[in-house]
Amino acid sequence: MSDANSRIKSEIESSDVVLFMKGTPQAPQCGFSMQVVQILNHIGVPYKAINVLADGEIREGIKAYSNWPTIPQLYIKNEFIGGCDITREMFQSGELVALFDKEGVPHAQAGKA
Amino acid sequence: MADQGKGAVKGPVAASIETKLTDALAPIALNVIDESHHHAGHHHGGDKRHGNESHFRVEVVSAAFEGKSRVERHRMVNALLAQELKEGLHALAVTAKAPGEPI
Repeated sequence: MSDANSRIKSEIESSDVVLFMKGTPQAPQCGFSMQVVQILNHIGVPYKAINVLADGEIREGIKAYSNWPTIPQLYIKNEFIGGCDITREMFQSGELVALFDKEGVPHAQAGKA
Repeated sequence: MADQGKGAVKGPVAASIETKLTDALAPIALNVIDESHHHAGHHHGGDKRHGNESHFRVEVVSAAFEGKSRVERHRMVNALLAQELKEGLHALAVTAKAPGEPI
């Protein structure tokens, strides 16, 4: 396993929710990354954000790791969920909050269903 | 989209996306929308081999998606467009539905 792969793996395993994005949650550098940040903030779920623009090895490595060609990428409990579209579709249909509930990830929408 | 089609000439990347998805998925509906102009001046540091065709939205309805998860559907589209993604297409929004599913 390459160094980038082992770093990515340990990041994904270190937090329940991990977002690989362009920029930071405070200053997203891309509209697609910003949309996912807004969704996660709205749900009120804690997450770890990794700025791929600040780390070339991760930026290339994450695409191979997940076999997914674009950023952002969302992981929940070690599982690749998808990019911006899938996250938005799942949020709109209620599946995203349901997934957090199922996985036991605490968030601000709990019990509001 | 209101700003589509006003004398817009389909670029080579758009045409190639359309051909590949049509051949592989036999879609009953397919929209390939070039959204690159929304991102003018937005730098990704990608190469410029494809000029300004960098951001696309693809809406596709195909029986090939039946019984597949969202990630699986997107992966199918990503795989078909692997060449384009490698060569400078860096944002690909995908809406993938099977026939009869609500859009």
